[in-house]
Amino acid sequence: MSTSQVTVKEETHKGYALTTWELGAGPPLLFLHGAGGAANMFAGEQPAAFLIELAKSFRVIVPEHPGFGVKERPDWLDNIHDMAYFYLDYLKGLDLGGVHVVGQSLGGWIALEMAVRDTSDIASLTVAGAAGLRLKGIKKEDIFLWTRDDFVRHMFRNPEVAKAFAAHEPSPDQLKAMLRNNETLALLAWEPRMYDPNLDKWLHRIDVPTHVIWADDDVVMPRPYGEGITALVKGAKFSVVPKTGHLLHLDEPQAFSQAVQSFIMEQAA
Amino acid sequence: MKYYFMTLMPYAAIDQAERLKYDSAWVTLPNSLYDPKEGARLYQEYIDDLVRADQLGFDGVCVNEHHQTAYGMMPSPIVIASILARETKNCKIAILGSAIPLRDHPLTLAEEHAMIDTISKGRLITGMVRGIGAEYHAFGTNPAKSHERFHEAHDLIIKAWTQPGPFHYESKHYDFKYVNIWPTPYQKPHPPIWIPSQGSQETIEFASHPDHKYTYLQTFSPAVQVKKFLDAYRQQAETYGYEADDSQLGWSVPVYVGETDEQAIKEARPHFDAFRTIFAKMPMPMLLPPGYTSVNSLMRLMGRGNVSHTPTLEEAIKDGIIICGSADTVREKLAEHHDNIRFGHFLANLQFGTMPAEMTKANMHRFAEQVMEPLRARKETKQKTKQDNLAPVA
Repeated sequence: MSTSQVTVKEETHKGYALTTWELGAGPPLLFLHGAGGAANMFAGEQPAAFLIELAKSFRVIVPEHPGFGVKERPDWLDNIHDMAYFYLDYLKGLDLGGVHVVGQSLGGWIALEMAVRDTSDIASLTVAGAAGLRLKGIKKEDIFLWTRDDFVRHMFRNPEVAKAFAAHEPSPDQLKAMLRNNETLALLAWEPRMYDPNLDKWLHRIDVPTHVIWADDDVVMPRPYGEGITALVKGAKFSVVPKTGHLLHLDEPQAFSQAVQSFIMEQAA
Repeated sequence: MKYYFMTLMPYAAIDQAERLKYDSAWVTLPNSLYDPKEGARLYQEYIDDLVRADQLGFDGVCVNEHHQTAYGMMPSPIVIASILARETKNCKIAILGSAIPLRDHPLTLAEEHAMIDTISKGRLITGMVRGIGAEYHAFGTNPAKSHERFHEAHDLIIKAWTQPGPFHYESKHYDFKYVNIWPTPYQKPHPPIWIPSQGSQETIEFASHPDHKYTYLQTFSPAVQVKKFLDAYRQQAETYGYEADDSQLGWSVPVYVGETDEQAIKEARPHFDAFRTIFAKMPMPMLLPPGYTSVNSLMRLMGRGNVSHTPTLEEAIKDGIIICGSADTVREKLAEHHDNIRFGHFLANLQFGTMPAEMTKANMHRFAEQVMEPLRARKETKQKTKQDNLAPVA
């Protein structure tokens, strides 16, 4: 099977028809997407480059979070904890033994909330540009006040990637998904803004190998957040991907995927 | 038809060149551009306007709520309405409205409105709004919870006013062990409820619902939109099985009455332009934070194309976004709109933008004496004629 061959599935979990994309072969890896959603990563002729890269070593499973994409938000979804419990149930249902959980931005936050609760189905944890931690006094840009131009300017540090993003004209379905994604992001993260006030008290409970990957120029979740998470999770490793912004996995897909993969391989060795 | 004087209390002393260095007059415009001495002067002038409206015979005066903005200096309309409860003698005092979902404890609003209703001996009109999108940035309240919180806060306030306390109020976002307000409203069962809106089907369904029959107030819209939404209300009432009375419908619009049409346009222009470009304008993400408007409504809105066009005064006059001209012109326009659109409440914004106090005063006098009073006389004549015509049948 080619590493970029993708299987799309829709299965009902907790009354919600969850869409998942799967590609690659190897140990299972669950990728939890950020506020941009999952569908965009599979909208082109090829899946997003970082996923193709990961699929060379892993069976990559990418669900689209409840409340994201074109579908209606499920009634039970009120907060980030609902999301974490949903995915813990989902992992239990998959029954794959240990799954490598990788989350970016909002997805990283979900992954942290899962891991403080229950790691019995998690083999390792990788979070990149993760939200969730409260740090006082760090200046952050307000993504909810951004225009599309602001978004392009702030999110990327690879000019080619930024240019391609800015040039993309979304289809009506993509536009609808974007509006839904923003709405659910607001529900989960407007107030308190992008954090769980209690998360820092329990990060020490995480007892699986943990890798914290950060951009070198993230204005949404500046680097002290990455360092803060690393300090609170026992034995966590911190790495930085140079020349990247908050969407580091899109800015430098090879370097990002390399970082994810090498950490997991080191743990297995 | 009843006539109301409405003011937004803009910070008219704004340094316009400084203001234009920023995206808008809302949320992030540094308050170092605000001068408390100018603020003190403006408050006196604006309160004088409201008191004058009572003396000129307006049926009511209206205040509203906006936060952290030069657009209006009324983060708390409660403060101004409290002053008016004593300073005015006859007119209704309409708070249009209190942004009820912004409150973590909406019972405070049930209490404050009941106080003003009592102090004014039953002259309060309670407006309930969600607050515009910018308030959710200014207050930090989650816009994705705005609709739910609006309905729950409304429900809580009405129950607090009408059900004997103490009782326990439980909803998704609110849980109050003791609801037992003192004082309760002077008016029974409670003050009239108005729902100001720029037009949404959900709001119309809510306001026109037989359990509510709240007055729906269309604000800042072209006349064709006003007609469309007021007709939608009538239609919805019919669907509910009753005929909506004109008293359930209102229109709020800027009005300027000059000596002649030319003079009116010349005089109103800088202040109307300031209203649109200096005070009202804001970027879309500020106006419509995620979750504030449903995804489907947003899709429809985006389908309409350029929503941020700022009309010139001439365009605005043509579209009925403002009524501006000589007293004759304004009287005729208003009569025409009234006959065409039909509404029981007309809210004239006789101060807008940077309009200075003397000009507002003259505008108020011309409107009251040469527009409002003649139109009232016309209506009485019309009714009399109607009765005379009916008489021979009997």
